[in-house]
Amino acid sequence: MKISFDIKKDLGDFVLDAAFEGDAKNLGILGESGCGKSLTLKCIAGIETPDEGRIRVGDRVLFDSEKKINIKPGDRRVGYLFQNYALFPNMTVEQNIAAPLKGTREEKEKLVRELIGTYRLEGLEKRLPRQLSGGQQQRTALARMMGTRPEVILLDEPFSALDAFLKDSMIQEFHDVMEVFGGLTVLVSHSRDEIFRLCSQTAVMDAGRVIRYADTREVFKEPRNIKTAGLTGCKNILRAKRRGDHLLFLPDWECELTTKAVLPERLCALGVRAHYLKRSRAGEKNSVAVDIASTARLVFETQYYLNPGGKNLSPEQQLRWFVQAEGEKEIEREGFPEYLGIPEEAMMFLE
Amino acid sequence: MDEMIKVLGTLDYSPLWISLKTGLVATVISFFLGIFAARKVIGLPAGPKAVWDSLLTLPMVLPPTVAGFILLLIFSKRRPLGIFLYENFDIKVVQSWLGCIVAAVVIAFPLMYRNARAAFEQVDANLVYAGRTLGMSEWQIFRKVMVPTAGPGIVSGTVLTFARAMGEYGATSMLAGNIPGKTATISQRIAMVIQDGDYVKAGVYTAMALGIAAAAIIVMNLVAEKHMRHVVKY
Repeated sequence: MKISFDIKKDLGDFVLDAAFEGDAKNLGILGESGCGKSLTLKCIAGIETPDEGRIRVGDRVLFDSEKKINIKPGDRRVGYLFQNYALFPNMTVEQNIAAPLKGTREEKEKLVRELIGTYRLEGLEKRLPRQLSGGQQQRTALARMMGTRPEVILLDEPFSALDAFLKDSMIQEFHDVMEVFGGLTVLVSHSRDEIFRLCSQTAVMDAGRVIRYADTREVFKEPRNIKTAGLTGCKNILRAKRRGDHLLFLPDWECELTTKAVLPERLCALGVRAHYLKRSRAGEKNSVAVDIASTARLVFETQYYLNPGGKNLSPEQQLRWFVQAEGEKEIEREGFPEYLGIPEEAMMFLE
Repeated sequence: MDEMIKVLGTLDYSPLWISLKTGLVATVISFFLGIFAARKVIGLPAGPKAVWDSLLTLPMVLPPTVAGFILLLIFSKRRPLGIFLYENFDIKVVQSWLGCIVAAVVIAFPLMYRNARAAFEQVDANLVYAGRTLGMSEWQIFRKVMVPTAGPGIVSGTVLTFARAMGEYGATSMLAGNIPGKTATISQRIAMVIQDGDYVKAGVYTAMALGIAAAAIIVMNLVAEKHMRHVVKY
């Protein structure tokens, strides 16, 4: 479904000035907390009103300050799943689900029963929200929202209040719900994993602006700017200078790297994926001599912080190399490598 | 003790009924007015909000006799509003039971209004937003979500309002006077019998007032306990 917005809202200490146009099924909005992603979502839902701008979803205009259009939240056919679920605390599960429904008593009861079945809430009908687990509360909120038959559903950090184990299974559950749901889903999150798993397209927001939009895989592969690289999980972001179409220079490391791809004109940094570095030898293409500065052992991987040959750099300038089971065995067998190669698929050229 | 029983046999019970009736009617009126006012004031922009809030709270801060005097000025049959009400609707506020109610409402209303407002402001704004995105009307949201969620604050406001309305003395005596069997409330009667030096009678009336107050509070608490399962207890 097509979605576009161009909205401004001045909150004094924060200015939202987000413009976006896309055609997506599952749109993710990725950004740090406080970047304006939730505010954008609230503007789409009509909970907040932008100072000026336009919001269109499909072929409907939801908001247009010039044409004085501002559709009421309840008439937008936009469902909003709140971060804290916003279940009515005085109502039971079935009362919560029934609260927004219209029609005769029988129609409502039938729909509530269906929703309770679909969202696996059997046996919990008479419970109050505070007697439910986080996952059950979330499913109740989802059922309540879906009962109003929205065209668009907005999910505001839906997994941030869940513990890690529950989070994984709820993400999978949402995956299935979104698959079945015919309309547009917009998921707002600061977690690249959630976005990567659930969203076909991704918009990246920073300081109230949309700074990158593309298919999710492309955003992760080619973040194009430093902020997006960081948000998509790039652990090495190094200052870089363009020295030719295929030659770049890293001033902190005082070394040159060559590329097959043509470098962008406005190159200012090189991102390097910490998992993609390879054992290498002196004199090989794009290989760097490394010394271990520090090591962090995690459950499933070891993180090495490396200084390039003979230098003593600050941690941000060091090279991070993250090694998992196979690689660790290799290090046990053959010793820690003196040289690491930076393959081109590990490089991201940032402007 | 014999004296007490003799007093109970010959006692004029009208002040008890007048006080009870006044307290109940004034509480019902204040309940709806207070909630209505709280809802309106919350929606106002900052400036008008401050003005309305102080106007609505003022009667609680003023000495009741001052409030009573102002009410007397407004409703006197020699002044425009008093004349208008009497000539067109045959309504008499001064020296009448209606005066008891007006005085009690004016004095007790701010307690209801302030408690209701504080309770509404505590309600998670997301509940209201959720109601809106779900297509519920503002009235539905208010009735089904705001009022029940704000329940404890509203109940305590109602208890305080009833207690204050029952005990009203100053403004009532100015506006409604102390006419036996008509406007003489329990608190006015106690003052009167004490002036006559009749401490036994005063004691009996005091015991009644105490009993009513305690019963009202207990009943309210039981109601609150029963209907507010959803409120987290610490």
